[in-house]
Amino acid sequence: MDVIIENLPLYWNGFLRTLFLSAVSGIIALVLGTLLAAARVSPVAALRGFSTVYVEVLRNTPLTIAFFFAAIVLPRLGVKFEQFEIAAIIALSTYTAAFIAEAVRSGVNSVPVGQAEAARSIGMNFGQVLNLIILPQALRTVVPPLINILIALVKNSSVAGAFFVLELFGYGRQLANANGDAVIAVLLGTAFFYLLLTVPLGILASTVERKVAIAR
Amino acid sequence: MTTHVPGDTLVSLNAVNKHYGQLHVLKDINLQVRKGEVVVVIGPSGSGKSTLCRAINRLETIEGGTISIDGKVLPEEGKELAQLRADVGMVFQSFNLFAHKTILENVTLGPIKVKGVAKAAADKDAMALLERVGVGHQAPKLPAQLSGGQQQRVAIARALAMKPKVMLFDEPTSALDPEMINEVLDVMIQLAKEGMTMIVVTHEMGFARKAADRVVFMADGQIVEDATPEEFFTNPKSDRAKDFLSKLLTH
Repeated sequence: MDVIIENLPLYWNGFLRTLFLSAVSGIIALVLGTLLAAARVSPVAALRGFSTVYVEVLRNTPLTIAFFFAAIVLPRLGVKFEQFEIAAIIALSTYTAAFIAEAVRSGVNSVPVGQAEAARSIGMNFGQVLNLIILPQALRTVVPPLINILIALVKNSSVAGAFFVLELFGYGRQLANANGDAVIAVLLGTAFFYLLLTVPLGILASTVERKVAIAR
Repeated sequence: MTTHVPGDTLVSLNAVNKHYGQLHVLKDINLQVRKGEVVVVIGPSGSGKSTLCRAINRLETIEGGTISIDGKVLPEEGKELAQLRADVGMVFQSFNLFAHKTILENVTLGPIKVKGVAKAAADKDAMALLERVGVGHQAPKLPAQLSGGQQQRVAIARALAMKPKVMLFDEPTSALDPEMINEVLDVMIQLAKEGMTMIVVTHEMGFARKAADRVVFMADGQIVEDATPEEFFTNPKSDRAKDFLSKLLTH
């Protein structure tokens, strides 16, 4: 236990970095995922095709592959970053966006088709139907699964530790190496700080689920 | 029964065809509706009457022929289609009020977002319309808090708020409890008297007799008869219509 208390500042630093990594990737993934879902239900066949291929490829390949692409392939293609952290954010947000797109799409499908028909018949265009009628209703059903995806994102961000990004898991690994006699305590400490992030998210999910149930 | 005189052609369907897979749901439909006319479309279920109604604002696509509204052919997609739809009011069987918006917002959303009307003016118009259909005091509620009859009257107000040239009704009373049918029909009869151009798909023969200028009888995707209500109900020409009417009268 002394190991944890002695290294509390380090843990705290790692916690903040994980929080930062997850928050930035999460926001980008939410925006990108919603756009992908919109493309998936749009009347333009090319957009639907692109979105489908994107989602299927990223959803069905391991996250480490996304990291390898962002950290190693992208720089060879001329995209240079100052820090690996940027590569981690690219990998995490593009990967997570695929799951968010699927969740939002299923939410869109849960809104009765008559809602869109009524909106179209008063002269709304595709964007208005989506933004004013479908998404506000879809988001209510989508919030719980979205939070699950964000919980997974927080945990997935630990992969960045293996790519020289110092976050919670990265620091944990350093500490474990430096304190060979207290590995279990070090790892428990690391796990505790992850729980500090994910458990409140889970509680938030169930609260929101109870609050936003829409009456029909 | 109506006091107004119908004017120029407003809705025109020429040789309209549509298939659902093998099923030929609309067969060479020709139909002209003039300004101020009330046309009631009746027929057995599966005759294509709802599809016909929905095709007029392109909620259903068609494969052959043309549909034009006020001289303009229905565009395929995009901004022109949205503009044309704003001129065509639609009332659905299942009301389809926006579930996350209040009654007032349901009525003002179209004028504000589509026509760019200022919120204060849209609110004022909407309240007048809601009063007219008898649900003014429900304005701040959500659709789920209203009865079916009230929701359908709100849906009519929502369509009217766009100041449409023609109103389409797709079985507006079929999802309602019997005691709520009349409150909706009364609003529709009032609308007809005021000279609104209406195309109404319904099973309410009483409405057809009272408010229709013409009755169009459809069966198997075709228009079988097109006559005044008087003619159609007392002296139907086709066997198909005679058969349909006899089934109605024996129950």
